[in-house]
Amino acid sequence: MTQVIRATGLGKRYELGRTLRRDRTLRESVVESVGELMRSTRRNGAQSADRELWALRDATFEIAEGEAVGLIGANGAGKSTLLKLLSRVTAPTTGRAEIHGRVGSLLEVGTGFHPDLTGRENVFLNGAILGMRGSEIERKFDEIVAFAEVERFLDTPVKRYSSGMYLRLAFAVAAHLEPEVLLVDEVLAVGDAAFQRKCLGKMGDVAASGRTVVFVSHNMDAVLRLCTRALLLEHGRVAESGPSAEVVAGYLARGGTGSPPAQWIDLADARRRGSAEARFTRVRYAVPDEPGRVPRPGGPVRFDLEIDSTIAQSVASVAVVLRSQTGVMLLVADIIERGVPLSLTPGRTAVRFDIGALNLTSGTYGVTLWMSQAIGKPIDEVTAFDLEILGDATRGFGASAGSLVHCPFTVSFPSGADAQPD
Amino acid sequence: MSESQARVVVVEPAARWPSFALGELWTQRELVYFLTWRDVKVRYKQTLFGVAWAILQPLLTMLVFSLFFGRLAKVPSQGVPYPLFALAALVPWTFFANGLTQSANSVVLSQNLITKVYFPRLAIPLATVLAGALDFVLAFVLLLVFLIAYGIAPKASWIGIVPFSLLAFAATLGVGLWLAALNVLYRDVRYAVPFLAQLWLFATPIAYPSSLLGEPWRTVYALNPMVAVVDGFRWALLGTPAPSSASVAVSCAVTLVLLVTGSLFFRRTEQSFADVV
Repeated sequence: MTQVIRATGLGKRYELGRTLRRDRTLRESVVESVGELMRSTRRNGAQSADRELWALRDATFEIAEGEAVGLIGANGAGKSTLLKLLSRVTAPTTGRAEIHGRVGSLLEVGTGFHPDLTGRENVFLNGAILGMRGSEIERKFDEIVAFAEVERFLDTPVKRYSSGMYLRLAFAVAAHLEPEVLLVDEVLAVGDAAFQRKCLGKMGDVAASGRTVVFVSHNMDAVLRLCTRALLLEHGRVAESGPSAEVVAGYLARGGTGSPPAQWIDLADARRRGSAEARFTRVRYAVPDEPGRVPRPGGPVRFDLEIDSTIAQSVASVAVVLRSQTGVMLLVADIIERGVPLSLTPGRTAVRFDIGALNLTSGTYGVTLWMSQAIGKPIDEVTAFDLEILGDATRGFGASAGSLVHCPFTVSFPSGADAQPD
Repeated sequence: MSESQARVVVVEPAARWPSFALGELWTQRELVYFLTWRDVKVRYKQTLFGVAWAILQPLLTMLVFSLFFGRLAKVPSQGVPYPLFALAALVPWTFFANGLTQSANSVVLSQNLITKVYFPRLAIPLATVLAGALDFVLAFVLLLVFLIAYGIAPKASWIGIVPFSLLAFAATLGVGLWLAALNVLYRDVRYAVPFLAQLWLFATPIAYPSSLLGEPWRTVYALNPMVAVVDGFRWALLGTPAPSSASVAVSCAVTLVLLVTGSLFFRRTEQSFADVV
């Protein structure tokens, strides 16, 4: 396989409080220079390292032709910086990278859209900015418009568009770019579920057509399904690189976007409310017999809770609650259902919940712990941690249109019936 | 895809001495065209007078100048009716002054593009000045109308405005490149530009003839490239004395220096545009 992207020692340094300043005036710059001069004469050498930030450091990697590579990592790990360097939006401080082929970058949907221009005009302008030739845009124009479903509003300025229409048109242009190397930032984080699905589908097509895709995402399910390989960035360095299933698993085992499995999570600083006669002190979750693995959709999970009580009392309700990212309560495992109150003694008490089947789709969920009497205010309610659920699927689509409830099913196509797929 | 040009994109730290990268700009000429077209389209959107603004600006300035400088102050106009004398200068001047202001702000106003997508950054100020050329053509039509109204017949010397228009274009771009790049680094430029344009107006023979100056000074005066442009326009269209070859040479040399240093400075700073803007 030929290497399409070859990067050696790529690094990007920002000088804090200087280059990052947006509006810099000559006067400020003079004042700073004078200040720097005085500082450098006072203590020579010691470059003010605290004012520097290496957003990316010493990134060395290769990406082969036709590979779909996911860039994962926490916020601020350097994913977007790496993408900006590869797309030449900004120059690296150190290192070098070579990219063979026509590069298309999609760091944002709708770059260069002008609000006063019509949909038609913006298709041409945006296409040109993304690197398409005029003839190419003309050839694909009808396709782009059909994909965006905005035929009726082609001659309306885009400032009158709904945000959904705007996004659809912007993505449609980008989706019809045909680069040999496609660099995509987290564009999927915008728009509704149907839109995100369209984006993912189009990226899958690009990857399947043998072109090279580099894709930044927080959506582990999408990375697993779309990417053959993943690079994990941590604090500006490439921490891990390999098959996406391994890298994603390693990332999640160390916490990933939520908290790591099979480790006690201290709740001393967690957001909470309640009378505080008793408190949850720490919590741990794990998949039984598979420490280090995050739960699968439909799979088991165990929660271990520790409660510290100041007095001896009996509580009717102790619960683990899972919520969606938008705050919808999805699951409650509560001892009140069993009608067996928990007797607390002064000091520590342990509670274990074994959930047989966690029927939620892949994604990130908020876990809340709850303790109260049958009626009345909570004794303790803690926003404990974020839980990542991730399946094993490495192909196909993520859960349809952002659905949350996991639904196991099989599908068959009985002969004779008119079940021909379209 | 049919185009099998095995292009290699190299990402590396900014070079200390950048190249002009004119080849890259040439391959992206369609982008320059679309950016120009956008600037033209957008410039007069949602305005009452629309494209008439391109004509109103030199026309109204000409009326004011004719009243105050021509009528009241009795400024000499080299034997030409003062309105014509002023308008022949105001048409290239308006192009220069607007081009200067707009290209100075062009890169800063395009920051959403610069931070998100790569293309030769020179395309931005270039497209801005090119879009201004359309206004220039419209204003020139106004000038033609006045020439005819004053009974001046077309002459072969009218061709002379072509090289002087090109000189005006080059000077505008040269100064514009400097200001556009400086404005990214120092927003002082935003405040300085209107003031600069005003001072430059008085340093250019628009309300008065350059013949007011004596000889060693007239050549020094030509360090301002717009001097040769304005004198050239008047000579070609109105038959006033031609600018001396020395002053034309000085103006051309200054323009060339502005253009080359402006491009280099722009290319040098553009590597950090996305980080600074």
